[in-house]
Amino acid sequence: MIEFIDVVKTYNMGTTALQGVTMSIEDGEFAFLVGPSGSGKSTIIKLITGEIKPTEGSVHVNDFQLESIKRREIPYLRRSVGVVFQNFRLIANKTVYENVAFAMRVIGARNKEIRKRVPYVLRLVGLEGKERRHPSELSGGEQQRVAIARALVNNPSMIIADEPTGNLDPARSYEIMMLLEEINNLGTTVLVVTHERELVERFTKRVIAIDEGRVISDGMDGYYHYEEQ
Amino acid sequence: MKSNNFFYLFKEGFKGVFQHGFMSFAAVVVTLACLLVIGSCSALLYNVNEIVDRESRNAKIVVYINDTYSQAEARSVGSQINMIENVQQSTFVTREQALADFVAGQEDVYAGVDPQTIQDRFVVTLEDNSLMRQTVPLLQAITGVSEVEAPFDLAENFGTLQHILQIVSLAIVALLLVVSLLIISNTVKLAMYDRRDEIAIMKMVGATNGFIRFPFVVEGLTLGIIGAALAFFIEWGLYNTLVKWIAGMNNFNLLELVSFDELLVPMVATFGAAGIFVGLFGSFTSIRKFLDV
Repeated sequence: MIEFIDVVKTYNMGTTALQGVTMSIEDGEFAFLVGPSGSGKSTIIKLITGEIKPTEGSVHVNDFQLESIKRREIPYLRRSVGVVFQNFRLIANKTVYENVAFAMRVIGARNKEIRKRVPYVLRLVGLEGKERRHPSELSGGEQQRVAIARALVNNPSMIIADEPTGNLDPARSYEIMMLLEEINNLGTTVLVVTHERELVERFTKRVIAIDEGRVISDGMDGYYHYEEQ
Repeated sequence: MKSNNFFYLFKEGFKGVFQHGFMSFAAVVVTLACLLVIGSCSALLYNVNEIVDRESRNAKIVVYINDTYSQAEARSVGSQINMIENVQQSTFVTREQALADFVAGQEDVYAGVDPQTIQDRFVVTLEDNSLMRQTVPLLQAITGVSEVEAPFDLAENFGTLQHILQIVSLAIVALLLVVSLLIISNTVKLAMYDRRDEIAIMKMVGATNGFIRFPFVVEGLTLGIIGAALAFFIEWGLYNTLVKWIAGMNNFNLLELVSFDELLVPMVATFGAAGIFVGLFGSFTSIRKFLDV
């Protein structure tokens, strides 16, 4: 689960990105985090993945208390949270299979487990038969599927997708969202950060809207609760 | 670290050498060039030191034996001379031989000179000419020694020259080493900078710093050792060619370089250590800042 209690984040240069954010996402939930550019969405992702620490307040992700997390614990936090990025962030000189298997290597998985799990996950995201391709040989939608497979392969309890459809056309975007919904149906918590209003409105899910570092609405009706500037 | 990870990371490190071809090539060439310059300078300075050392051996002490001693008695003094710690070698020269050496080529001028008018003597070379002033009184104290003639000025001048040469040699090699390390470390840093995205991705999927660092260190070490090995063999070839060339030109033996065999052990040790150090240090320090994600 993710729990933010009165979280304030002020960067070194004095910019306050979050001003007392309180929110909670339970295990197994699917939620959208929406807001205009500069509203604090990226700061929330960075806090969840342990890239930065809150200035005030408390952040709890899975079993980790992030305001007091030790540096050596951060890799273990990240293994419990699969992250998908807008620009896919795949390793260019590794094949599809190697990119996904790499995440398992990191946790010290045995070769036998890797050989069993990676094809299963690639099948799940619809990339069967493309194991030996390199990222440059794939379309944007396919690259994002590889990124999702990589995020999924260690069976994390949660997936954070940061603008996962930002580089995709509407049809591919919809497919990716469907895939994330399927993953959620299998029991994984999914938090999708986006500012694509249309996409959010097609899925009736919980929407947390933030603006100027504050939660301005949090509802289950799928309504996109902020006006684009 | 689990054993399957260890082999995987080792393999990744080796693969990295070939996957990042141009950067690997640059790192090897820079290491090779720097070590070649250091090796050549060291070999040159070593030879200059050797030549000066050889010349300084010409500063010989002459120990004259009491002229009342028979030749057998005079010869027996040699055992006491050899017992002095700093004495490297003593050669007995009979009065007849001394006279023959002295008049060589001018026999007609010195015809009729009686060998009995001069003394038997020992020509002594020292282990360390800088201790000549301390050694001479010990020679003078030996029973049967009438006089000791020591070239203090020559020995001390050579001593000073050798001392200066050693300091200059060390300073040049140290300077070259520092400059080389900076150049090599920057090349490795550049290679790491090229791969900062890859490192950030590894961090994002939960890799520990050790997991990320290991293949980079294996890669750095491999490049360092390849560079050092190539530099060593090139140095070997160039040096032997130079020795042969000089030997062919140098009919009067005015310049004689030491054989590479004499440089082999220090050269292998220095190049090996430099290659390993450069590889480890370069990859270890340059990756550190990219791990802060």
